[in-house]
Amino acid sequence: MENLAYIFFSALLINNFTLSYFLGLCPFFGVSGRLDTALRMGAANIFVMTITSICAWALNTWVLPHAPYLRLICFIFVIAGTVQLTEMLIKKLSPVLFKALGIFLPLITTNCAILGLAIFQTNRDYGFLEGLVFALGAGGGLTLALVIMAGIRRENELASVPDLVKGTAMNFFIAGILSLAFMGFAGLFATT
Amino acid sequence: MNRNPPQLHISTSPFVTEGSTTGNLMRQVIYALIPVLIAALWFFGITALLVVGAACLGAMGTEWLLRDKQTPNTLPDGSALLTGLLLGLTLPPAIPLWMAALGGFIAIALGKVIWGGLGSNLFNPALLGRAFLQAAFPEAMTTWVAPGKSFFSLYPTTLAPPLFKADVTVDSFSSATPLGMIKFDEQLTALDHLLIGNIGGSLGETSAGLLVICGLVLAFRKVFDWRAPLATLLSVVACSFLLSWIFGTPEPGFMLLSGGLLFGAVFMVTDPVTTPITPKGQWIFGLGLGFLIVVIRIYGGLPECVMFTILFMNALTPLINRHTQPRPFGG
Repeated sequence: MENLAYIFFSALLINNFTLSYFLGLCPFFGVSGRLDTALRMGAANIFVMTITSICAWALNTWVLPHAPYLRLICFIFVIAGTVQLTEMLIKKLSPVLFKALGIFLPLITTNCAILGLAIFQTNRDYGFLEGLVFALGAGGGLTLALVIMAGIRRENELASVPDLVKGTAMNFFIAGILSLAFMGFAGLFATT
Repeated sequence: MNRNPPQLHISTSPFVTEGSTTGNLMRQVIYALIPVLIAALWFFGITALLVVGAACLGAMGTEWLLRDKQTPNTLPDGSALLTGLLLGLTLPPAIPLWMAALGGFIAIALGKVIWGGLGSNLFNPALLGRAFLQAAFPEAMTTWVAPGKSFFSLYPTTLAPPLFKADVTVDSFSSATPLGMIKFDEQLTALDHLLIGNIGGSLGETSAGLLVICGLVLAFRKVFDWRAPLATLLSVVACSFLLSWIFGTPEPGFMLLSGGLLFGAVFMVTDPVTTPITPKGQWIFGLGLGFLIVVIRIYGGLPECVMFTILFMNALTPLINRHTQPRPFGG
């Protein structure tokens, strides 16, 4: 139980996918302009990561022991396929949910954070439950980073930023500073 | 006869002001920092002045270099001087002077100028400079010394040339801070030492009693809003009391007086720019900050964590502001 809590908080804060591994930077910079899109992107991320974790676990248990050299290609294909299928399913069953997550699902399926999650999970030998908690933590961490970034960017829009750093450069500066702030969580709960 | 037409001056409120300007406010905080600086001089000798001076020089030089040619010069309002002072007072006494100056540069350049100048920065500039130094030079930033060397002698690392590795073994003169002692050696420092300040630590943070007095004076002169610092301290007391009651962790008194907490609560949490503007938001900011400080101090790897937690809460400030925005009546 303690181990699960550690996995969750580690993925959420200490080893935040975006701010400490620098994975998933494209959605981080792409859709952090507005708070509501950031939230929806985060929700889609949590959703896809959960599916990824389940897929990776299934592949690691039943398929990859027989063909270890197919790992990367297997992950990419199976995850993308499953997410696509789920998207169709959601479209049919719950139009409201589809409207909320909609466009983001296929967008992030091929994101590095998703593949990173599958590979981290494999390297650390996580079981089913551990993988699920890890995916929730990582997705939550991405959502947290996105929401914080959206808040800051909105506030920064009104400031008279020098022309030299306007736009993407400023966003990278903000991301770097956020990453610095997250350094404080290093080593949290490490002994438990 | 050519008479001047009667002139009608029209202006909007406020009509009665107390003459409070940016420079005025900054100067009051700087005056409050002078006793802290004198205490640092008393405990750590002339190096305190050198380190603070280097940080101020870095900060003010950067402010002057990167000024916007169209807008009026912002150097006289003292905000850069204040940033440099705050940065210098949060640095360890034996830090090389060039690092302090570099910290001043980062504080102003990355912490203020790129955000669009004073009032637009979302992170505390001084703490940003310190966080940068902590990330870039972790060894120099965690070398603490005990007070009580002769006034004019320098530490061997003070005058280290830039970018070269100083060939001195820091173990020869270093000692741990109270928080480091309890974290790694399970050794408790007496509360009266913490109150007076003859302990290891950053230049300005050791004397808890002095910081409390400075904070009270500033609060009664209404230089800052008392809500956020009070909420921080209350939250630290409540959380550490709960944890010490259940798990036997250090008691609230020690938590309150040790480390950078009081310095942060008096001079960093009260920054009007980087903390929430609504009263409710300030309470949320302080309570969250105190909770994080206690959790990271007890369970984290960096016991001197006040800086990082304040930066983290600064990052949340835009969201807090949005959610605590008061609705107009009937709106």
